[in-house]
Amino acid sequence: MIRRRIAAAGALVAAVALVLSGCANQGGGEQQGGGPAAGAPSQPTNAELPAGNGQGRCAPGTSIGYAGTIAGQNAALGIAILNAAQLAVDQHNQANPNCQVTLVRADTGGTPDTAVGPTTALINNPAVLGIVGLPFSGESRAVGPALNAAGLVNITPSATNPSLTQNGWTNFFRGLGNDAVQGPAVARYIQQRVNAQNVCVIKDDSDYGIGLATQVSQVLGPAAGCQIDVKTNQREFSAIIGQVQQTNPQAIFYSGYYQEAAPLIQQLRDAGVQTTFIGPDGVKDEQYVVNAAGSADGTLLSCPCVPQEGFTDFTNAYRQAFGVPPQTYSAESYDATTILLRGLDRGIADRAGLLNHVRNYQGQGLTKFFQWSPTGELTNTPVWMYRVQGNTIVTDSQI
Amino acid sequence: MPAAGRAPDAPGERVISTVLDPAVLTPLVVHTEAWINFDVGLLIDRFWANTINGLAYGSIYALVALGYTLVYGVLQLINFAHSEIFVIGVFGVYLTFLGLGFEPGALPNLPLAAIILDLLLAGVVAMVVAGLAAVGLERVAYRPLRRRNAPRLAFLITAIGASFAIQQVIRIVRGSNPEGTIRLLPPSPAFTVFGAPVTNLQIVIILASIAMFIVADQFVNRSRLGRGIRAVAQDPATATLMGVNRERVIMITFLVGGVLAGAAALFYLMTIPQGAVYNGGFLLGIKAFTAAVLGGIGNLRGALLGGLILGVAENYGQSLFGGDWRDVVAFVLLVLVLMFRPTGILGESLARSRA
Repeated sequence: MIRRRIAAAGALVAAVALVLSGCANQGGGEQQGGGPAAGAPSQPTNAELPAGNGQGRCAPGTSIGYAGTIAGQNAALGIAILNAAQLAVDQHNQANPNCQVTLVRADTGGTPDTAVGPTTALINNPAVLGIVGLPFSGESRAVGPALNAAGLVNITPSATNPSLTQNGWTNFFRGLGNDAVQGPAVARYIQQRVNAQNVCVIKDDSDYGIGLATQVSQVLGPAAGCQIDVKTNQREFSAIIGQVQQTNPQAIFYSGYYQEAAPLIQQLRDAGVQTTFIGPDGVKDEQYVVNAAGSADGTLLSCPCVPQEGFTDFTNAYRQAFGVPPQTYSAESYDATTILLRGLDRGIADRAGLLNHVRNYQGQGLTKFFQWSPTGELTNTPVWMYRVQGNTIVTDSQI
Repeated sequence: MPAAGRAPDAPGERVISTVLDPAVLTPLVVHTEAWINFDVGLLIDRFWANTINGLAYGSIYALVALGYTLVYGVLQLINFAHSEIFVIGVFGVYLTFLGLGFEPGALPNLPLAAIILDLLLAGVVAMVVAGLAAVGLERVAYRPLRRRNAPRLAFLITAIGASFAIQQVIRIVRGSNPEGTIRLLPPSPAFTVFGAPVTNLQIVIILASIAMFIVADQFVNRSRLGRGIRAVAQDPATATLMGVNRERVIMITFLVGGVLAGAAALFYLMTIPQGAVYNGGFLLGIKAFTAAVLGGIGNLRGALLGGLILGVAENYGQSLFGGDWRDVVAFVLLVLVLMFRPTGILGESLARSRA
């Protein structure tokens, strides 16, 4: 009891600190790049957590699914999401003896061609009432119609292509801002903070890369005259680097994933191109830093994900469970899983019921306040800028 | 009249217009650029840089292509698992680096001589490992089929199957993320050709590849074992009657192909330090196979020529048409060449090149 009160008091202090630092941050908003983690928020006092009130009741065997890459393309992004979902389920089960939920895993391989089979397996499993995932936009598009037809609610913690909510799917909910939010925010950052008049936009051939590049280019307008394409799995970029050198831009925005971004930045720096390099959430992964082997330092990474280092309870539990700190979108996945679990705690035992629960959900999570529009977009969607510094990714500022 | 005629179409039109609703499509359509461009200026400006980079990368294609071509010449088999032999070589290099105590991330601070020695050691390990893997592959996947006189299609399927099996085993053992980058020798420009920098790495790769190629070419055309390889390629039955041990020749062919792939693996990992990943051989394998066909499959010199042409053409194509067209250029080039020279540029097969 006493411990709980102390925890509550601690949370209150943290909240006050958050409010104060928020104010301070707004005052100093003009200055470029504060100290590392300067603006990272701490856990909101009213955040809904997986454990809930411990009074959850549900039928034995009740399951939710994770659909996403576990071992396929860009697997690190998927594993960060899966781990957080597993952590949420474990914490929930520990606190709620009368509601033991199973997390069923389906490895989609991360690509549109490989995602359909594993996702269909989840759809055909009657015990699965809701899904956390899918992480990527391309695969989400591929399996969306089937999930919608099955009435299986899915909350994606990371797929950001704007068109995903424009297909009339009633079961699709996005747990973060889409690229129509991230793209313009990055573009404004490039214009105002980097102060670049001449930008090279390099994009890969994925749904995500193309969609985000379009958003950024639209806002940049004529400044984004230099448009370059690369292919997924491409690792040799000499011809493209030539194009960049020819244009001599003041900033480079790479719209794609870390797997290609790491060799690209290394080869750019090797060729002597020291231009400011900005990547999106698909690049924001430790793997990017490791694989670029020092060349990534100084890179800016935008993300509609909220910095997690302030959520100490969550980060400590995650670190204890998996031996590594939470990665990009872990906290978003934790929130999404919590929302599904809250529905199950109420005794919801069918897919329609859980879908309805999510549709009408209103509540504070770790990362943000969750309440969805009829199409499945959130109303409140923060975008943050991160920075690679000394071979780690640190929080720069909210943009 | 026209209105009445059009009326029956209306429902169909409506369906289409919902599907093609601009609101749905807008985020997907890129407004800011043409779908293809013809940037002749960039092609000319970048001509020498593209040529040099293309030759260096093309040498890697050529070394891998030699493996496809040798096996094809002897067995008329497209060894699709050769790309995985190459990946095994890449991991051979990488694990040697790890074994030597290098750590991913930072650049090692060693004297040049030590680095060269380490690279040589890694190269030798890769060549041995890839060579043995190729021989093992032949034992497990192809020899049993040959014993049973399996139809040619069966070989093709086992080749593809072996390719996937090896790839997935590597994935299970080493995971699906690329290995952390270990780079011993960062490229630095050594001199310029018409304003285009040539890096120390590129010089090493081009020279070493050509040396490897000459050795392989001489081996097949001059040595006793090479004569056996050519004999089996020309007429396996007669060669056997004349006392050539066919199984031994096949084994040596796979061994030579594997060793060359191992060398290519070292050069690849020096160029692309992020390349140590389980599926890293797929695209490169297809390109190398294309290079082999382009030059004339079954022909060693064809593989070299095909590899270099492909490497250079890809770069020109990217500058001229845009980065999206990299792979299109490679394969359209292949189709064009095959239209006019169905057997590839040099045409001749291994069998017909006489000593």
